[in-house]
Amino acid sequence: MKPFRYERAEDISGAVATLARERTGEFLAGGTNLVDLMKLEVMQPDVLVDVRRLTSAEIEDLPDGWLRIGAAVTNSELAADLRIRSRYPVLSQAVLSGASGQLRNLATTGGNLLQRTRCAYFYDTTTPCNKREPGTGCSALEGCNADHAILGASEHCVATHPSDMAVAMTALDAKVRIQGPGGDREIPITELHRLPGEEPDRDTTLEHAELITAVDLPPMRFSASSRYRKVRERASYAFALVSVAAALEVRDGMVSDVRIALGGVAHKPWRARKAEDALRGRPATEDSFRGAAQAELAAAVPLGENAYKVPLAANVITRILLDLSEAR
Amino acid sequence: MTAITERLAIGAPLNRRDGPQKVTGTAHYAYEHRFDNPLYLFPVQSEVARGRVTRIDASAAEALPGVKAVLTHDNAPRLADTSDRELAVLQTGDVAFRGQYVAAVIAETLETARYAASLVRVSYDEQPHDVELHANRADLYAPEIVNAGYPTDTEEGDFDRELATAAVTLDKTYTTPMEHHNPMEPHTTVALWEAGDLTLYESTQGPHWTRGTLAQVLGLDQDRVRIIAPYVGGGFGSKTVHANTVLAALAARAVQGSPVKFALTRQQMFSGVGYRTPTIQRIRLGADHDGRLTATCHDVIAQTAKTKEFAEQAAVPTRTMYATQSRRTTHRLAALDVPVPTWMRAPGDAPGMFALESAMDEMAISCGLDPVEFRIRNEPEIDGETGLPYSSRNLVACLLEGARRFGWAGREARASNRTEGHWLLGTGVASSTFPVVRFAGSVARISYAGTGRYVVEIDATDIGTGTWTALAQIAADAMETRAEDIDLRIGDTALPEASVAGGSSGITSWGTAIFEAARVFRDRHGYSPADGDQAEATARDNPDADSYAMHAFGACFAEARVDADTGEVRIPRMTGVFAAGKIINPKAARSQIIGGMTMGLGMAVHEESRVDPRFGHVLNHDFASYHVPANADAGQFDIAWIDEEDPHVNPMGSKGIGEIGIVGTAAAIANAVYHATGVRVRDLPITPAKLLR
Repeated sequence: MKPFRYERAEDISGAVATLARERTGEFLAGGTNLVDLMKLEVMQPDVLVDVRRLTSAEIEDLPDGWLRIGAAVTNSELAADLRIRSRYPVLSQAVLSGASGQLRNLATTGGNLLQRTRCAYFYDTTTPCNKREPGTGCSALEGCNADHAILGASEHCVATHPSDMAVAMTALDAKVRIQGPGGDREIPITELHRLPGEEPDRDTTLEHAELITAVDLPPMRFSASSRYRKVRERASYAFALVSVAAALEVRDGMVSDVRIALGGVAHKPWRARKAEDALRGRPATEDSFRGAAQAELAAAVPLGENAYKVPLAANVITRILLDLSEAR
Repeated sequence: MTAITERLAIGAPLNRRDGPQKVTGTAHYAYEHRFDNPLYLFPVQSEVARGRVTRIDASAAEALPGVKAVLTHDNAPRLADTSDRELAVLQTGDVAFRGQYVAAVIAETLETARYAASLVRVSYDEQPHDVELHANRADLYAPEIVNAGYPTDTEEGDFDRELATAAVTLDKTYTTPMEHHNPMEPHTTVALWEAGDLTLYESTQGPHWTRGTLAQVLGLDQDRVRIIAPYVGGGFGSKTVHANTVLAALAARAVQGSPVKFALTRQQMFSGVGYRTPTIQRIRLGADHDGRLTATCHDVIAQTAKTKEFAEQAAVPTRTMYATQSRRTTHRLAALDVPVPTWMRAPGDAPGMFALESAMDEMAISCGLDPVEFRIRNEPEIDGETGLPYSSRNLVACLLEGARRFGWAGREARASNRTEGHWLLGTGVASSTFPVVRFAGSVARISYAGTGRYVVEIDATDIGTGTWTALAQIAADAMETRAEDIDLRIGDTALPEASVAGGSSGITSWGTAIFEAARVFRDRHGYSPADGDQAEATARDNPDADSYAMHAFGACFAEARVDADTGEVRIPRMTGVFAAGKIINPKAARSQIIGGMTMGLGMAVHEESRVDPRFGHVLNHDFASYHVPANADAGQFDIAWIDEEDPHVNPMGSKGIGEIGIVGTAAAIANAVYHATGVRVRDLPITPAKLLR
């Protein structure tokens, strides 16, 4: 591990200002991913600014039915919250399907969103990787890529985003609140993470020294009818091969509204808008669900080892929508 | 007397003697031995798979405060014997595999050593490397012998003719991937070189073996080297002597007087401490109309390192498992630019029985026979490998008792016949075997300590198996006293010599020595000894070894659930029944078997070391990406023993159980997955990608 400085600040503004003065550096919250990456010298920040105690660790009700999750809320607390479990079960299920009990006790909401990819080449500093070292090439493109992206990738990077929580939040139209040197802003979560394009070293649209302070969940009349399905060859403590977060509303046998997001298929949590559009107003049948899944996956570009993800994602989308329609 | 006549302590399910120390953290593993001002070692590993180091710039590392030395092939102490090229650490600039140690930093803290190692700049003359095992390689060769001294090829009867005329035939190829042992405790050494004496606190399966090897490599008298290893956090075959131990000794020599601590990171565990070779196994079977095997052929292709040969004996179990009119077995190797493969829990048997027992399942179906019945129908009278009778063989009893316990009767033969929601359900069975191994030469010393207490000393090791408890039980019965009156001392080369904890041989080899020492003690000192009375004896080769074939057998039954949408495989329950002679401690033995079967579960559906041939090293070199079973993967285990009396194996009547648990598990699961889905996966591990169609 490269030696680094550890800084604390009195408040969020102070933390932002501290990091803004540095050329390279990171905010430190739970550290469950960042510290690992520093030990492996995948990330070598000069300074860590500890924000663990600065952002809110509370989940609060907002007017108009919104729910605000402070960035320092741990994954365990988030998953256990009664409001989350009853109003947004997909989010609780997603969080509980990730990592281990010990990690969830430490990992925070903000940090979970900012996890780095689990691409083995990114983690191995002896191999080329455009995300770790721009311009060196993507080793996964022609290498071991069974875990990699089938949607939205580029020739520069085929990595996937590893978070489960973010996939559920993407399905729920969450908004991310950000404080930075230029002030506060709020963006839809779908605009937080990026596709790799020509800058795979940039996971998100956050600018230097911008800090996630909270995630807001909007009221959704059918979000109680939601669930998360994570596919993994090991029953626990494994990243998703493919995951699906979905919420479904059916009226008179017809899909009146639906939200679908996919994990393990792209550089960002993948909101399946094509599938959603294909379903609204259609009969809530297996044929419709499968057709919608195929509409979404028509754009899939499999690599050497990950073609299985295309039928897998289609099957899981179909299954989860069927289960949601039957559970009503 | 050649056997323990009254077994009272033997067979008792005693709690582990070391349990309280282990759960309270007071059982000190190698790294936990405390020293004032230790130094820390961190290696620099080659980033090419073949070539030569042309230049090492260590200036930035050396300039770092706290760095004591940077060892390279230019300045490292010379070794006396470099004939074992795996152990010839930092002696030349040649690079034989990616991940080889090319330098090492010694520093005052671990963090400093690790950071300094990252600052060492190494330049290479890189040469093209060759790390891919294929069945159609032109350079496959037959080793002189295969591991454990077995012949490379065997031929009984006229296989070609029998196969050509068989009523039912099979010709399939099965593969197993590279797998890594990954004991919980990494390979660890604390080395102290002081006044010409070398002391190692070492995580090893064989302190005496380690001492002998190190003394030879370093050019020291054996009595100048001491290895201490009271507790070892797992080994599975990987904890013999590898380059890491030699490197630690070299570092200790370079900074004489200061203890040097060296624990591998998990990533480093994937290069240089051995692995199970990938295998490509072609099985051909022929049977008559009654389902009796007439032709059996098992051809194995595996890899080894160019630097040192290791020949996985994967076809050897096929020589003993079933009766057949004709039989051919072969082993071929490709020598690659890779680290040296080694023993990994049930070497030969684990990959070999995956292939054979998968093929037996396929053949039973082709013959229209239940897989249990098909195996029973091919039960041999004598051992095909040696032509000798078995000292005891209870495979059939294991199969029948397992079938009874598992609820096998009435199983629908047709695949893909049972569902529960979107789960496909199936069951499968496979046989297991492992030879009874004894290493001669272990010495035990027994002394009377007064007030009814005896001290038993032998340099055995407990690698998590329960040796601390089991040897006390054997000593108690050998001395005709109680286990609590035995004060056992193991895990130190200052104690009488003992063989390695490997090949499931420990209890047989060490227990025999203790039995012999007890006999001498009682002959010499009787039943009312004086304080300090002592006796010592050596375990010799088994006099019955030339008269009987000796193996443990077992049967593994598994239930598989496969998600029809995703191909996820879950194993809710397994039954394992084993005939392994007298079980010394049923509680520890059950744990051993659960561990072995769980490792077999990992082999079946999780484990695979992925090598990117462009680079040459294992890419998924951590526990996030190299998957072994989690608790949620391990369902119910039903473990049972066949009551087996075998007067020929050793004075206890016991057979080793450290390895047999893994042997049949992968095939039982693969067979159950086939039964659930109708998809025959012949290439481990069985992942969703292979089941989704």
